[in-house]
Amino acid sequence: MAMLSFERKYRVRGGTLVGGDLFDFWVGPFYVGFFGVTTVFCTLVGTLMLFYGAAIGGTWNPWTINIAPPDLKYGLGLAPLKDGGIWQIVTVCALGAFVSWALRQAEIARKLGMGYHIPVAYGMAVFAYFTLVVIRPVLMGAWGHGFPYGILSHLDWVSNTGYQYLHFHYNPAHMLAVTFFFTTTLALSLHGALVLSAINPAPGEDVKTAEHENTFFRDTIGYSIGTLGIHRVGLFLALSAGFWSAVCIVISGPFWTHGWPQWWGWWLNLPIWN
Amino acid sequence: MSFSLKLGAVLAGLLGLAVILLTFERPPVETVQTGFRGVALGNIANPRLQPALAAANQLPPMIPRVPSVGPRAGQAYRNVQVLGELGVAEFARTMAAMTAWVSPQQGCNYCHNPANMASDEVYTKVVARRMLQMVARINAEWKPHVLETGVTCYTCHRGNPVPLNVWSENTGPMRGEGFSASSNGQNLASPVVGDSSLPYDPFSRYLDQAANIRVQTPDALPAGNSQGIKEAEFTYGLMMHFSQALGVNCTTCHNSRAFSAWDQSAPQRTNAWHGIRMVRDINHNFIDPLQPLWAANPNGPPGGPQRARLGPHEDPLKVNCTTCHQGVNKPLNGVSMLRDYPELARITNIEAPPPIRQ
Repeated sequence: MAMLSFERKYRVRGGTLVGGDLFDFWVGPFYVGFFGVTTVFCTLVGTLMLFYGAAIGGTWNPWTINIAPPDLKYGLGLAPLKDGGIWQIVTVCALGAFVSWALRQAEIARKLGMGYHIPVAYGMAVFAYFTLVVIRPVLMGAWGHGFPYGILSHLDWVSNTGYQYLHFHYNPAHMLAVTFFFTTTLALSLHGALVLSAINPAPGEDVKTAEHENTFFRDTIGYSIGTLGIHRVGLFLALSAGFWSAVCIVISGPFWTHGWPQWWGWWLNLPIWN
Repeated sequence: MSFSLKLGAVLAGLLGLAVILLTFERPPVETVQTGFRGVALGNIANPRLQPALAAANQLPPMIPRVPSVGPRAGQAYRNVQVLGELGVAEFARTMAAMTAWVSPQQGCNYCHNPANMASDEVYTKVVARRMLQMVARINAEWKPHVLETGVTCYTCHRGNPVPLNVWSENTGPMRGEGFSASSNGQNLASPVVGDSSLPYDPFSRYLDQAANIRVQTPDALPAGNSQGIKEAEFTYGLMMHFSQALGVNCTTCHNSRAFSAWDQSAPQRTNAWHGIRMVRDINHNFIDPLQPLWAANPNGPPGGPQRARLGPHEDPLKVNCTTCHQGVNKPLNGVSMLRDYPELARITNIEAPPPIRQ
């Protein structure tokens, strides 16, 4: 496969975490590595289990295929294959694939002498998934509290889980997570718009530099965080969104069993105004 | 960083830590699955709070049963209008039970003139008679809601002359006049809607007036649904009250993917539907007609507890779900008190229009 002229320079040996030189090679543009092999293996097994579940599930309609977790009565034990066992295997495979992928990112970062920012960032999404299907179910005592794998069925789970706490918008961590999600999109759109406007000047004019960009925001809001800073704040906002999402679901049930509005009773009953 | 800034940060951190540690609950929790696996239908409860809730909803000691023999109360005493079919021993037992349930401190004289027990001069006696008819109505006509468990005076009163969990019309605090002055009866955290800022008087609309609790359209691509967000919020407020009154959550009755769809709802929703009509029947036909009596005695009888018998808008104190349920999905933990007091089920002259079930 064709390789860019400078690409070979960066294909360096070593940096592997597991497997030494055994999987230290590329297939086409893709680095393999031990974790590339485990990623492919887990993905393949998990996807085949999903297809198996769909095949015995009564529909091939992609909207309504549903691979559901076990009944609560199975607790934290293994469930029969056709009664939630498929979900359990798929969950193990998914976590295996996601973690493998993060470690493969780490190996590539080591090869290139970079920081671990990318595996850490990706790891936050994996952590949120892990919270949904492992941490919260374990804290509540049954795998059946995980969410089902299906386009519509997982939305039903989200809706009903929210209404089990009467009004989820009063969940304090949900408030933070939603705020961070919106702020992430705001920051990204401001940043993207700024870069595009700097490099798309009027016809005949030169492309503008970072000083123009900084000046734009100093003129607008009195402050510019700068070319490096915007990426730091972007990473912080995005990771915070994922982190508080995980928090908002793990506190619903294990750490609060009533309606979320009632959690604010401590605030309403502060002796200052009560 | 200056010292005061550091001190402020430490104090804020400690305050945040205190909120996190002191305001939440902890595992393990008790969960009940009521739907297909993975749909998240079911109840979640803190097992450490259950014993206190169960203890608060115990039955009082039973007064020993008596045989239905001897002369009828209607023949033995004067002015016995609704309990006349009982034997005198049963009648005495019922009177003793009502005193224990409703006015244990005040005793018989809460309703009776001791010099003339037959007299209706104490207004609470007239109220009590109407309430006996109401109990009979509930047990006879509202079995779709109370089933064979039934209700007695104690289901609501719990030893209080005025039940503790009642409501009256609430138009909110005084506000200025003008275009921007209305908040449409919401935006104040209110305990009746689970401490949310949903409308704080959903009861006048749905449990006194008979407005439809119906905002969601059953059609895809709907047209012509005139229900707006405000109606949805009032409905939501009422449902918050239901959940809180029964100690349950929305999924006890509804599959939230389609709140309105009966074929996707739990059987409990049918029971609740009848309960709504039952409460309207109670408020319309039994509570509201007594308003003049309470207006004449706005703080109760002279000997009784000084407590307002009317709301700020001169309407009587009415019934909602909490009046009976008091935090449990089956009042008094689902134990039938009526079975021990069959006398209450033998009232036949209820004197109310037929119940509305639509």
